[in-house]
Amino acid sequence: MSGAARALFAREWRIARRIGGGASVGAVFFLILVTIMPFALGPDLNLLARIGPAILWIAALLSALLGLDRLFQGDAEDGSLDVLINASLPLELMVLVKCAAHWATNALPLVVVSPLFGLMLAMDAKPLALVALSLVAGTPALTMIGAIGAALTVSLRRGGLLMAVLVLPLAIPVLIFGVSAASAASGGGAPFLTPFLMLCAFSLGAVALAPFAAAAALRHVRE
Amino acid sequence: MRLRAKDIAIERGGRSILSGLSFEARAGAALILVGPNGAGKSTLLRAIAGFLPLAAGALALEGGAAEMSIGEQAHYLGHADALKGALTAGENLAFWAGALGGDSSPGVARAALGRLGLAHVADFPVRALSAGQKRRVALARLLVAPRPIWLLDEPTTALDVAAQSLLLAILRERLATGGLIIAATHAPLGLDGAETLALGAGGRVAA
Repeated sequence: MSGAARALFAREWRIARRIGGGASVGAVFFLILVTIMPFALGPDLNLLARIGPAILWIAALLSALLGLDRLFQGDAEDGSLDVLINASLPLELMVLVKCAAHWATNALPLVVVSPLFGLMLAMDAKPLALVALSLVAGTPALTMIGAIGAALTVSLRRGGLLMAVLVLPLAIPVLIFGVSAASAASGGGAPFLTPFLMLCAFSLGAVALAPFAAAAALRHVRE
Repeated sequence: MRLRAKDIAIERGGRSILSGLSFEARAGAALILVGPNGAGKSTLLRAIAGFLPLAAGALALEGGAAEMSIGEQAHYLGHADALKGALTAGENLAFWAGALGGDSSPGVARAALGRLGLAHVADFPVRALSAGQKRRVALARLLVAPRPIWLLDEPTTALDVAAQSLLLAILRERLATGGLIIAATHAPLGLDGAETLALGAGGRVAA
């Protein structure tokens, strides 16, 4: 069973890293969103520094959702999902491994580049570190919640928009606590630890529960 | 090993596809599903693999692993080849070997490709292969992980004559070692001693 999980992770990793795999799409989209913000808001450095964490979090949320609609769709289209359902790995674990690989290839790069992009928003070192930290804690929840949406829309062509409509309301609590944790250092008044621990709780809860929801959706949709 | 279906019925979207179907498939003999387009051959294979629920009746496997479903003991080869275009043929097979509980070392994948006459394309990305070559890579998946039941949906699609005879040799060998094969096909496979289950239009058993 662990061999099957390892094989699946390695395959997802390879596909994402190959040309056209889409691992860099999220990071590029992240860069685009963060770069156009100062043009829209004007060159007020104090304003940018104050709302920088919120901008980074919104950009990360949208970028994280960008590639998620294809999480199961590619496998459904080329027949791999039929074989995976009967693989020597329970479907719930299959979902978890695919999400882990997706997080490692799509969300983790966002975390890594977020301090760099935050510099464009005139943010200081400490808020930059806190944003990165809150993204590490919060993005697993986004990936797992997105997986439920991806599983529900797996058989729909162009289901990406529907997936966003399904998933974004569920992702709003993550966004609220993520931004409040990230703004703690830039004088928001809120403490850092409380919203950060809430983020961790969201992620842990999503990792524990979402595979069951997504696997149930996949089984049902495939009928 | 014996797969027995008793009075099974399958519905899709509220429409009856198959009803009152009984058959028996034995290890060592292939069961060939024949019938016109839309007769329910693929639907039956998908139901045996566990993708579709039975509306009535029961499927029972004698002599299999009790704690595993029929699907988990079966290779399912559908219309789609279940290959990733971005990965090489060898990588695709090594992955399926690992995921299906086989030996995922590259040598096994290479040997399976060699069996289907594709050793020279093991390092090519699958998207660069022809339809027939992709089908052969998909067939090689049957060889990289041991599973007692093979459910084949039109296995000869896009295969040339040479590849069809390779497939036939593999199927014969599999049957000789006690495999259970259920295949839906239009072209006769040429397997000796194969039993035929004819499905008629509208899902009635024709003969």
